Amino acid sequence: MTRVINIRLRGRAQVLAAAVPLGALAVTYAVAAGARHAANPADKVLPTFGAMGDAVWRMAAMADPMTGQYTLWADTLASLERLGAGLGLATVTALVLGLALGVVPLVRAVLGPVVTLIAVIPPIAVLPILFIALGLGEAAKIALIAVGIAPFMTRDMAACVAGLPAEQFVKAQTLGANSWQVAIRVALPQMMPRLIEALRFSMGPAWVFLIAAEAIASDVGLGYRIFLVRRYLAMDIILPYVAWISLLAICADVGLRWVSRRAFGWAHGAGL
Amino acid sequence: MSAALVSLRDVWVEYGDKVVLERVDLDIQAGEFVSVVGPSGAGKSTFLRLLLGQEAPTRGQVMLDGVAMRAECGPDRGVVFQRYSVFPHLTALQNVMFGLECAGAPVIGRLFGARRRAAEAAAREMLSAVGLEHSLAAYPAQLSGGMQQRLAIAQALVKHPRVLLLDEPFGALDPGIRRDMHGLVSRLWREQGLTIVMVTHDIGEAFHLGTRVMAFDKRRHDPHAPHRFGATAIYDLPLTRKMEA
Repeated sequence: MTRVINIRLRGRAQVLAAAVPLGALAVTYAVAAGARHAANPADKVLPTFGAMGDAVWRMAAMADPMTGQYTLWADTLASLERLGAGLGLATVTALVLGLALGVVPLVRAVLGPVVTLIAVIPPIAVLPILFIALGLGEAAKIALIAVGIAPFMTRDMAACVAGLPAEQFVKAQTLGANSWQVAIRVALPQMMPRLIEALRFSMGPAWVFLIAAEAIASDVGLGYRIFLVRRYLAMDIILPYVAWISLLAICADVGLRWVSRRAFGWAHGAGL
Repeated sequence: MSAALVSLRDVWVEYGDKVVLERVDLDIQAGEFVSVVGPSGAGKSTFLRLLLGQEAPTRGQVMLDGVAMRAECGPDRGVVFQRYSVFPHLTALQNVMFGLECAGAPVIGRLFGARRRAAEAAAREMLSAVGLEHSLAAYPAQLSGGMQQRLAIAQALVKHPRVLLLDEPFGALDPGIRRDMHGLVSRLWREQGLTIVMVTHDIGEAFHLGTRVMAFDKRRHDPHAPHRFGATAIYDLPLTRKMEA
């Protein structure tokens, strides 16, 4: 008999198999929502798909009478700006610091322990410090994202360089490369695919920090909105917002993978 | 003994109380092809790292052209390792151009315009010399093991090193490919007037290629403290027949 570990699905069967649990989830939700609404037509905890659709329409296609803005898009733009700035800051820091830590033993000796120390501090714990130091504006939120993921990315970058074969560094020196050339022509290009991977893995935590910062002090943003409408038990807005955040996260992940394969084919076993 | 290219004078290498090499005293003349053989742990690789400048002698002196050598790798000594000798993120052509670009562009590490074309031409010529003229745009991962070693040799030779150091360069190759590589290295050594020091496990290869075979081993053994005596060149056989040819 074929062992379970050897059963593989291909093509349409694979798509179907993946759709089954998703479909089951949707059906279960619809049945549960229907049952609750049969008992209490004003139920807010499990809104029907129709109610959620109405809410999305209200948020996305109708201007808010108070602000004159389309709330969903204003929230999305604000959140993505913060996320982008935080990720950008963290990426540049990680790249520069990780390269220096990985290539120059002197830098590693001086800064290695500090980076390790900073990396073990739970970022949310320093959020009050950021709010006190940077005020309640954009800077504190961006700083939280950067502070939250930069140490991990930096250590990952340094480990990536440390993992390159020592032979490559010797070889580069026998070819006349100075320290700077070893850094930018041997280590840096080989870090790039790993950087994108580290960025992908940092997206999850970055969203957590973004939503936490927005929940505490903000007046626009996806995280702010979820925590605001929670007061009115507005699940018809919260659930679509959560789905929208997930969709944005998936798009970012797919996009980064595409960039990595496209720009660094040598690292993905592909040719030119 | 006058104009030796490389001289080792009473060289010792010790790690703590472990003696790896002791009293190594030898000269290598320009144009020699020195094969270094010996059992594992007899200091062959340490000897090569000394010549490479990757390691400093604990005592004694390593001299290149009569001048004490700094314990740092430099472009006067080329090297080919058994593995990881080429850069995986560069194509074959870029790998060979690397050394030329480092010399020509200390800050940005890349050449442009006429200088780039000159470097590219030199790299193409070197790649043709090792038989890789049809794989210029290939990344190392797309090349076979033998082709990667050809690339590593081209990459080192384009810098015209005073000494070419080979660390078991053919150890990971199939016998057939290895034979081809022997032919290639012999030809390059003859045509370009190279000085080569090659560490190998294969005695046949050592005698086949070398003009001089050195066997490293320990002269003395203390069964109670085997690490207290280091290895040295116990046999040093010139194969003069080849030098004349």
